[in-house]
Amino acid sequence: MTWVYSERFWLSLRAAICLGVILFLISPMVIVVIISFSSAPFLTFPPPGLSLQWYRKLSSSSVWLDAIATSATIMLPSALIATAAGTAAAVGLARGRIPGAALIASLIMAPMIVPVIITAAGMLGVFRSWGLQGTRLGLIFAHTTLAIPYVVFTVLAAMRLVDDQLESAALTLGATRWRAFWRVTFPLILPAMLSGMLFAMVISFDELVVSIFLSSPTVRPVTVQMWSDVRGDVDPTIAAIGALLLAFSVGALGLETVLNRQRARPVVAAAAEGTLPQGVAP
Amino acid sequence: MTQGLLHLNEVSKAFGTIIAVDRICFSLAEGEFLSLLGPSGSGKTTTLQMIAGLTHPTSGEIRLAGRPIGPLPPYKRDIGMVFQNYALFPHLTVARNIAFPLEMRHMRRAEILRRVEAVLRLVDLSGYGDRYPRQLSGGQQQRVALARAIVFEPKLLLMDEPLGALDKKLREQMQLEIKHLHKRLGVSIIYVTHDQDEALVMSNRIGVFNRGRLEQIGTVEQLYEQPMTRFVAEFVGESNMVSGAVREAANGRCTLETADGPLRGRARQAFTIGSAALISVRPERVRLEPEAGAAGDRDQIQGHICEVIYMGRLRKYVIDTAGGQKLVVARQAAGVEAKPFSVGDAVVATFAADDAVVLEDTR
Amino acid sequence: MRGWLVVPAVLIVVVLFAYPVSWLLVLSVTDPEPTLRNFKMLIEAPVYLRALWNTILISGSVTLLCMLLGYPIAYTMAHVGDRLRRLLVFIVLFPFWSSILVRTFAWMVLLQQKGLINKMLVDYLGLVETPLTLIYNRTGVLIGMSHILLPFMILPLYSVLSRIEPSLSQAAASLGAPPVRSFVRVYLPLSLPGLVAGSVLVFVIGLGYYITPALLGGPGDAMIAQLIEMQIADFGNWGLAGALAVILLLGTTMTFLLVSRSLIEGGP
Repeated sequence: MTWVYSERFWLSLRAAICLGVILFLISPMVIVVIISFSSAPFLTFPPPGLSLQWYRKLSSSSVWLDAIATSATIMLPSALIATAAGTAAAVGLARGRIPGAALIASLIMAPMIVPVIITAAGMLGVFRSWGLQGTRLGLIFAHTTLAIPYVVFTVLAAMRLVDDQLESAALTLGATRWRAFWRVTFPLILPAMLSGMLFAMVISFDELVVSIFLSSPTVRPVTVQMWSDVRGDVDPTIAAIGALLLAFSVGALGLETVLNRQRARPVVAAAAEGTLPQGVAP
Repeated sequence: MTQGLLHLNEVSKAFGTIIAVDRICFSLAEGEFLSLLGPSGSGKTTTLQMIAGLTHPTSGEIRLAGRPIGPLPPYKRDIGMVFQNYALFPHLTVARNIAFPLEMRHMRRAEILRRVEAVLRLVDLSGYGDRYPRQLSGGQQQRVALARAIVFEPKLLLMDEPLGALDKKLREQMQLEIKHLHKRLGVSIIYVTHDQDEALVMSNRIGVFNRGRLEQIGTVEQLYEQPMTRFVAEFVGESNMVSGAVREAANGRCTLETADGPLRGRARQAFTIGSAALISVRPERVRLEPEAGAAGDRDQIQGHICEVIYMGRLRKYVIDTAGGQKLVVARQAAGVEAKPFSVGDAVVATFAADDAVVLEDTR
Repeated sequence: MRGWLVVPAVLIVVVLFAYPVSWLLVLSVTDPEPTLRNFKMLIEAPVYLRALWNTILISGSVTLLCMLLGYPIAYTMAHVGDRLRRLLVFIVLFPFWSSILVRTFAWMVLLQQKGLINKMLVDYLGLVETPLTLIYNRTGVLIGMSHILLPFMILPLYSVLSRIEPSLSQAAASLGAPPVRSFVRVYLPLSLPGLVAGSVLVFVIGLGYYITPALLGGPGDAMIAQLIEMQIADFGNWGLAGALAVILLLGTTMTFLLVSRSLIEGGP
């Protein structure tokens, strides 16, 4: 079958290009991780040897520990509030029969669409006049607002998959509206809620642009600390912090994938189907 | 034997450990309409795809006009194919869909236009050239798919269950149209279907597929009157099956000892005495008498009517025989009938040995 | 009754987002006094015009790069078996979930004079004699932004490709089309909506990018976002910043509208 060989040619070409692109996508992050274990005090690759010194430096550096603590204490409330408000909004939009629901949905999604620099600048001006600039509360407000669209999107998609006839069936079987929701719909959208919350956590932890504007020397999340260090003298401590951030992201993505193995797999499935919106803010 | 247009020789296709097509052999004459009939998953579509070149056999050889077709990629085989879901290009108009194969053959613009017009007229869709596939009904899309597959005048046309998505009336109408088209164009057609009525209507010959094997190939009459396996007897038309042990086998005839007494039928194969076998007789070949008559060359089975099904043209009787078997008998509902039987009546079912076939018990 | 559930989210978004953003946009015409001066400055000073042009050019180039790199991956994802596809989806999603800062930093490491890429080109492969300048210039920005925006091209494209009926390519082959012609005449046109969707996404997001150009680019590569930051942090010129924000937002919105309009009209 001579023509099978021409088919094989295209296949090999395509495989080669794909491998190249995949390498392009993955290798930078792999390299960061490797450098974080470098035994040399500069960012050479490949590193001359392996060592845990940078991680040890991190764990004893009050600057970085404070930064991590700050990030964590901002991330948790933001994620929780965003998940609560976002889920409520998704339920309301999907079942509430609101006039102008499409408009309201667009409004809630807006923080995802408007370029972050604009949001950041606006928040800086307004929060400053409210005395929220440089405060933890200000950052919590900002991160919550940025995360809500993702939660709404994720939970809304799941709500649309859940047949609203299920709740009607529950009603005919004697459940009140609330019980029908809690016993039937809620368990079905729980995976999506958790997905949304994970997403909100990652968004908050990785958020940089707005945080740059809204932090101060005393209230400084990890990303902002990293941002200021990166533009100065760099040593592999930054790689170590970067590796930790990556670990957090991979962990969250992995958790999300595992959580959503069944039908309602909002984020990964939506990605696989290509219905994801614009992603994490630049 | 390599005469004829197409020849498949011991063609097999395995997907890993699953054998989808098992040593298929058949030939197709020029201008012949051959149906590949069988249940889903029996290998007929895979066979078609191998002929088209969309998949390669794991063993065996396919020859087209005497030359092996293996080295030819699908786009060089000059074989027309109509797909199950039509596979019309949604981004092209009907006219451009049909023009596509002609453009691939670098035909001149004027010639392309002429041919497209001609074939549109042939399938009764003149004037639809500027529409898009999604603006057409299922039946119209079907005809465009057909038009596209014949416009470049292939010698062989492959059709993969093309009428599956249409409703009954439309399907029957299209079957006749395809049959007429076949006569007009003289093109050879291999038609895949799981609907035996469809195969019966359109084909010169039918090949019956079961689990990757070609169980029998022949004219409609051959398959109907002389099925060679149990599967064919049951798949093509309806058949009663009575099991028994072979008592005598000679001169193309066989007698089985069954729970309802000795029954005789024609036998194409050699049967060893004592082996298990089946007698197969079509419902419409069994006559019902209210009581036993003289023993003649018709075997007789006693029983009671347990169900009557009125089907408009026919009346079907389901009979519980004395030997514990079930028989289905079909009689014309109108016309010469003394009186219809009712549930509970005692009857005697009779049939001639010439109307019955003895088959291997392969279950 | 259940409609009231949207109130908390709406409140949050309106007070903490819509109000600040509107406040900034309004400043463009009210700072320091009601005036169109800020917009005049933008149009007149070549510095700003160059930055605006840069932004469009860079974002456009990144879009093109992502198209070329992303199509093969999306195509492969649409044509392989389940397990491999899920692996590919994971690989494409993972950068998506990682911090942009970390990824950009990774490129800083890779692209520097003594970085891995130069090491490979000069020492290991011997393709060039002196190390190339890959950072603090346009090249670095293009590489970094393509890397980060690639998933935004791949995912919508994949979604469309995965819905193209395989029987269409088979039909084209049976009708006499060799692989390349079949791809160009049948597959590519059908994949166009996905390509457009991905391109719009990449382009629009790229317009507003800040981190990557700031870290990987040179002074001549400044994009709008960097300008906005400069006006606020360095000059305290909120009016100008607001004007730039207006232009950026307009560009973003107009691109969206233009594309949806052409998708509606241009399609069959």
